[in-house]
Amino acid sequence: MSAPAFTAATPRALVWQRFKRHDLAVASGVILMIFAALALAAPVVESLLGADANAADLFNRFQPPSAAHPLGTDELGRDLLLRLLYGGRVSLFVGLVAAVFAALIGTIVGLAAGYLGGRLDAVLMRITDGVISLPLLPLLIVLAAIDLEKLGLPTAIAESESISLYRIVVIVALAGWTTVARLVRASALSLKQRSFVDAALAQGAGSIRIMMVHILPNLASPIIVATTLAAGNIILLESVLSFLGLGIQPPLPSWGNLLTNAQELIWEAPALAFYPGMAIFITVIAFNFLGDGLQDALDPRAIGKGRR
Amino acid sequence: MIQFLLNRAGQSALVLFVMSFAIYGLIGLMPGDPIDLMITADPKITAADAAHLRELYGLDKPVTERYGNWLAAAVSGDLGYSRLHAKPVLQVMGPALANTATLLGLSFSLALLIALPLGVLAAARARSKLDYGINMLAFAGISVPPFWLALMLIIVFAVIFGVLPAGGTAAAAGADGFWESARYLVLPVASLTIASIGGHTRYMRASMIEALRQDYIRTARAKGLSESRVVLGHALRNALIPVVTVIALDFGYLFSGALITETIFSFPGMGKLIFDSIMGNDFNLALVALLFATALTLACNFLADIAYAALDRRITLTELAE
Repeated sequence: MSAPAFTAATPRALVWQRFKRHDLAVASGVILMIFAALALAAPVVESLLGADANAADLFNRFQPPSAAHPLGTDELGRDLLLRLLYGGRVSLFVGLVAAVFAALIGTIVGLAAGYLGGRLDAVLMRITDGVISLPLLPLLIVLAAIDLEKLGLPTAIAESESISLYRIVVIVALAGWTTVARLVRASALSLKQRSFVDAALAQGAGSIRIMMVHILPNLASPIIVATTLAAGNIILLESVLSFLGLGIQPPLPSWGNLLTNAQELIWEAPALAFYPGMAIFITVIAFNFLGDGLQDALDPRAIGKGRR
Repeated sequence: MIQFLLNRAGQSALVLFVMSFAIYGLIGLMPGDPIDLMITADPKITAADAAHLRELYGLDKPVTERYGNWLAAAVSGDLGYSRLHAKPVLQVMGPALANTATLLGLSFSLALLIALPLGVLAAARARSKLDYGINMLAFAGISVPPFWLALMLIIVFAVIFGVLPAGGTAAAAGADGFWESARYLVLPVASLTIASIGGHTRYMRASMIEALRQDYIRTARAKGLSESRVVLGHALRNALIPVVTVIALDFGYLFSGALITETIFSFPGMGKLIFDSIMGNDFNLALVALLFATALTLACNFLADIAYAALDRRITLTELAE
């Protein structure tokens, strides 16, 4: 027997159908995957071009695009395309890891505030509002400038090359969790009223169990949406801090710190400033479109709450 | 009402106090305290001398005690000297504040003048091609890195066409006069404005669409009012209330934008002052300027709360306080 042609669509299929209607969100997802694949494939591109991303070649500074250097060369004669791909590895890595980190903090805060309620809710939401209302960038600059040795970290760690990577992940995550916290709290508040929570309570389940087993799985949609939107903002923030010289430290390239030198060279080589910024712009707008499309697909009734 | 205002003012004061301690502590963790700077300036200082100096300046005491001393001095009006400028901190901040006020005032008004009509238009023609186009612009606005936008403006208007200066102020370039000063403001104001338009447009559109769904709009249409009366007369007034609040709450975001813009255009305002003082180990100045920015942001939030309550009669203040 063949299945009837009008099988009831599963919820997952419905989500996919709604998502597919968003041309921009679909295109954004594809673009992000291409960017990620290119960044991962940076060493392959490097060997294909027969160039070394870090090799300075002072006889070939500021070269225009050519077969050997598809985007030209920078002020030290390094291949711009390769620098961009390696920078993308760092920027995308920071964006994704910090977004997950921020989502984790936001989920814990939002869940505790929304489900446990009362005094705790008031205090947590005041703190969230406080963080949202602060002039964040100047404060993050202070955080980025502090001396880790004075915090008691051993010198070997405080001065290791990749410390700037971990430090920036922590700093931008500290700024990015608030959106997730608010969305999760709002959803937890309404889920708390549902009868399945009463049923669990009647069976003697404790708060922790109800939160983890009954509420959290139902929060997947708002968490996914908020994390996607946060990833865009976090990549922007990382690029600003790296641009100001406080984020990722050269020689490790990131899209933000590639632009630091570009400003000084703006009269000699304006093209150097174009590509890294364009890469940030496309990535961030793709995350924003993706988040918007996911929101409509996962939660069609909600209309743009808590979005920047 | 008075109870509510006192509550909110108390909360803001508490946040400011907590932040002042946090910032004080963090600044103490930055590399290069005053003694470190003396050691680099004078290689003959021995470790024993350094320890003695630390004791002399009270730097060996715990952070809570040092903070208490600083707070006592600050409350009595002594905010200390700026290391970079060799002037009292307040004298350094005065001109910077005036510059930032000009920059923020101009870009804030311009952004509203452009964003609010765009948002209303998009909402009134929801799901049309126009709405789609405005939405794309708004998304581009919130996604563009503000410092890169500034660099692109410099490349187009200063490097390629050479019509506008790439940074600085008229006074620093030795020129004066209203138009000459205005020329130096065009690019910073433009980049800060473009960076704010996207967010404002989206707020206005969302709020307007919500307002257009209400029953009184259906009533107004049923009465036979023209569409423009319905949108501008009935919906807009109600839609503006949440937008005003959200935009006032966005002051911290605007200030962060000012820091980026001022740093790139070498515009001598508060943002650049904060950045330079942190980078230049000018602790007194950094501390006071950061606290001032925080206080200003908190004041804006406070005003936003009051405005929200005053504009929307349906919300009683007791509800808000919860």
